[in-house]
Amino acid sequence: MNVNKNSYTIGFACVMVVFVAALLASMSIQLTPLQDRNIELEKKQNILQSVGVIVDRDESEKYYSQFIKEELVIDNNGEILDGSAFDIDLGDELKKDIKNQKLPLYISMLEDSSECYIIPLRGKGLWGPIWGYIALKEDINTVFGAVFAHKSETPGLGAEINQSFFQEPFRDKLIFDENNEFVSITVKKGGATEGSMHEVDGISGGTITSDGVTDMIKERVSRYIPYLEQNKLVEIDSTIITNLISQLNE
Amino acid sequence: MSKNSLFSKKNKSLLTDPLDDNNPVTVQVLGICSALAITVQLKPAVVMALSVIFVMCVANVVVSLMRNFIPSRIRIIVQLVVIASLVIIVDEVLKAYVYDVSKELSVFVGLIITNCIIMGRLEAFALANSPWESFLDGLGNAFGYGWILIAVAFFRELLGAGTLYGYPVLEKLGVYELGYENNGMMILPPMALVTVGVIIWIQRMRNQKLIETN
Repeated sequence: MNVNKNSYTIGFACVMVVFVAALLASMSIQLTPLQDRNIELEKKQNILQSVGVIVDRDESEKYYSQFIKEELVIDNNGEILDGSAFDIDLGDELKKDIKNQKLPLYISMLEDSSECYIIPLRGKGLWGPIWGYIALKEDINTVFGAVFAHKSETPGLGAEINQSFFQEPFRDKLIFDENNEFVSITVKKGGATEGSMHEVDGISGGTITSDGVTDMIKERVSRYIPYLEQNKLVEIDSTIITNLISQLNE
Repeated sequence: MSKNSLFSKKNKSLLTDPLDDNNPVTVQVLGICSALAITVQLKPAVVMALSVIFVMCVANVVVSLMRNFIPSRIRIIVQLVVIASLVIIVDEVLKAYVYDVSKELSVFVGLIITNCIIMGRLEAFALANSPWESFLDGLGNAFGYGWILIAVAFFRELLGAGTLYGYPVLEKLGVYELGYENNGMMILPPMALVTVGVIIWIQRMRNQKLIETN
């Protein structure tokens, strides 16, 4: 057989392409449900991690229903919309104009029955998307916890944002300053200023990823402020009312 | 084929040559790109080495089996398709069954396709030799690549971060109390090149026949 004839070469290429396409397509169809399931469980695991609940991926389903009390979809004006927050793909939403974006928000009930607002984050790292969750305490100012993940940051450098030594310092930082202005939290190259409530240490050699985290938190959290402010007011109102009632009773 | 011929002297040298005398990284200076990119820590280096071993062996055997049917004018494309399909299959299977490992690998899986050692072996060896010999050749070269990767990663992680496979060795040994500090330079890519250079130097000191004479 002459394998160098034109007709054979073209035939070989065609058969090869069809065979490989069929092989890969059938593999993908077979494996996609398993992969999606892994991704869903990991998402739940990450959400739980932001409120300090560390569980195995396989168990995240169970704990998720236990700790996450509410899933909300809101818009930039703080209005509540219909839909399932869990199924929102932030990557797609970010491409839209901010007015049309749907913002998912999770509310968790902790063991001491205090609430946490969990804001999903998504932004740009050096090589690809980075994402995460930041949980705010009831005062809508103090960070309860933060977790970050990435698609393809450099191992040992930017990729370290998914490590606890990077995430831990976010805890108890404040997103508003003394004048109640939104300042977010900055990942500072060269280390956070001593005693600063709005800065955490950056990663040496991972500056672009670190800056990506800063921008991501600032951009995402700011979108939720109209909704969070409303709730803050309600909280204050209710305390004032209870105080008034108790005063009246006296 | 008798068992003797399976591990004949020639076949054994297929397996052992690439570890030293004909090492793909330190002698042929191939695959340097990935050796720089993923040797910051031991774990990704080990996972990468394992993935390359798998892809290289299977690709070598597949191409060797097809060697009499591959039209020579499109052989490079065929080789690329074989490697790329294998890499995609590995990636998909890892994502479905061992999700954590797949996350560890992330970008490196794609890098395997561009690893010129694999294509070099397909072109230089598998196209002209039987499947068993090609398998040994693939295994030998993948190990040759892998041990350099792991050696470089060992020194970079130890000196750069003070850990080994994520375990804080230096902290446990208490050397920080003596005033030792991690060398941040080791984390950066240039030091990988220097480390590979030092390995080449040591290897040529031991193995004089590798030294080129003009």
